[in-house]
Amino acid sequence: MINLKGLTFNPKIWGPVLSLVAIIVIMGIIDPGFVKIEFKDGRFYGSLIDVLVRATPTAIVALGMAVVIGTKGIDLSVGSVVAICGAVAAMLITATDLSFFSVMVLSLAAGGVIGLMNGIMVSYVGIQPIIATLILMVSGRGIAQLITGGRSVSFDSIPMDIIGSGMFLAIPVRIWIAAGLLLLTVLVMRKTAIGMFIESVGANARASRYVGIEARLLKVFAYIFSGVCAALAGVILIADVGIAEINRLGLWLELDAILAVVLAGGSLNGGRIYLGLTIIGALIIQTLTTIIFSSGVPVEYNLIVKASIILLVLLAQSSTTQNAFRELNLKRKGARS
Amino acid sequence: MISERTLPLLSAIAVLLILYAYGSFAYNGFFGLRLAGYLLTDNAFIIVTAVGMAFVILSGGIDLSVGSMIAFVCALMALLVVKLQIHPLWAILISIIVGTGFGTIMGTIIAVFKIQPFIVTLAGMFMFRGLGYVINTQQVKIDHPFMTTLSDFGVYIGQGELNFVAIIMLVFLVLGVVISRYTRFGHNVYAIGGDSHSAALLGVNIPWTTIRVYALSGFYASVAGVLFAVATGSAYPEIGIAVELDAIAAVVLGGTLLTGGVGYVFGAFIGGMTFGVIQQLINFDGSLNAASTRIVIGVLLLLFILMQKVILVWVRKFTAKTS
Repeated sequence: MINLKGLTFNPKIWGPVLSLVAIIVIMGIIDPGFVKIEFKDGRFYGSLIDVLVRATPTAIVALGMAVVIGTKGIDLSVGSVVAICGAVAAMLITATDLSFFSVMVLSLAAGGVIGLMNGIMVSYVGIQPIIATLILMVSGRGIAQLITGGRSVSFDSIPMDIIGSGMFLAIPVRIWIAAGLLLLTVLVMRKTAIGMFIESVGANARASRYVGIEARLLKVFAYIFSGVCAALAGVILIADVGIAEINRLGLWLELDAILAVVLAGGSLNGGRIYLGLTIIGALIIQTLTTIIFSSGVPVEYNLIVKASIILLVLLAQSSTTQNAFRELNLKRKGARS
Repeated sequence: MISERTLPLLSAIAVLLILYAYGSFAYNGFFGLRLAGYLLTDNAFIIVTAVGMAFVILSGGIDLSVGSMIAFVCALMALLVVKLQIHPLWAILISIIVGTGFGTIMGTIIAVFKIQPFIVTLAGMFMFRGLGYVINTQQVKIDHPFMTTLSDFGVYIGQGELNFVAIIMLVFLVLGVVISRYTRFGHNVYAIGGDSHSAALLGVNIPWTTIRVYALSGFYASVAGVLFAVATGSAYPEIGIAVELDAIAAVVLGGTLLTGGVGYVFGAFIGGMTFGVIQQLINFDGSLNAASTRIVIGVLLLLFILMQKVILVWVRKFTAKTS
């Protein structure tokens, strides 16, 4: 038996996918060069590949953000975590003789520890997620500057080059990393009890507690995951350019990540999250950014476009709009009968 | 006098005094009217922003767009005065009206569509920053005799100068305190921040109050933007990055509960000054770099939030016993 239920038309699931396809098709008609993909010297070239490559850090951060939003939380500190962990990785590479593996482990662990702190503040101390993570958003960049001594750290490391721009089977290494992470997250969220528990905590914390789910520990787990994701994105971002520029590293990334989750139909009120769609959301953002960059429209419009989209999606999602539509439909049906 | 309502504000004042006293003993030239005047001027636009933010937080919301609003208003001022040759007085008026208008729009979206304030104002933050960039991407000098007259105006008290920016800040601080204490709107803000359900049952018009709260925050942020333009005489699009966080921090350091309903608008002044004193302490010390300001503020923020939490738990226990 093939389960066809998943294939029936569900606007919530197909909306983001169709939007992405529509954007690409429209761009392809306007500028055929945009959709052209070339295979040369064992690697693919083209704007779409560029979009995929550039979207990976946002997508990785957005995955962590999606899990946190699933618990009815929010993690505003990811941009700062990216900066801190980028700084940690850059300093470890330049100032110590540690092997590449230990550098990676330590950098990701730094993200995990920060996530742990956020998680404890949210779930055990009971501070609202916006505020608890805001503290680190305020001070995080300062901490990163303290780590590097306020300067940009450039480094030279072959393994980092591989992460930043290497290829494996003609596909950039960083896409493999993102795909692996997505697969792992989907497996944990969909095939284990933890995933179901996390969504149930976000949907109804009290009911979850009554059925015996340890909500507080799960929330801590979600924030740790978000911290590690941000750390991974930080490592990829500095590997890309071979320099850790603390003032710009991960700036505005928290907003892109939240935008990706919201575009994917995740409610900020917790509950159901869509991991695959979150990646689609990140791709939509990056496609728009690339289009804006390449179309000659001043880059400044980028922020306005993003803001308008996020507002439109939120307005469409809001209960007021949906109730208005429902009433309109009812009236129409009433008039017909 | 000391109750769970006043305790956060009193401890905020105590922290400010302790920091100031420490600076006065440790460093030459810290104590005195000169630095006091300087503190008032230097932190004026953060304090003005924080007063608007205090209303938003008291109503149980948050406004992340204020930093971008400051940048946008500065850019708009530059556009009106330099490019369109409009008299600065009119430019100031137009800028403030536009800023308040944007605040009203955000408030309307929050109130009518019932979307969480932080995400709406986050979108606003993007939008205003983008609009600021669209107006100009470079640093622009706002050169006009009237602007210079404003920024040069000052009253000397002993060695300290109370200049235009500081005076305007104090005027708007007093205005904010009066609105919060003595108007129906002010009481409604406390009511919906404390318990919006009860407030609605008591007949408070929640959507209307919410719209006005964000309009007020937009108004105060635009005033802060004008003050910035007057004080620096220039506009560049990177102004005011992270000011929203500074303003929130100032409100919290001033003893306002982030859950809404409890606190004083005057606390925004205390918080903003605490901010300034910490910056000066780090300046006078000289061995710490500027980045540590943010870390110290982060730690203080954490301590204050934890203190608020402890007070809340303590109050709940206390009231449970007596009832």
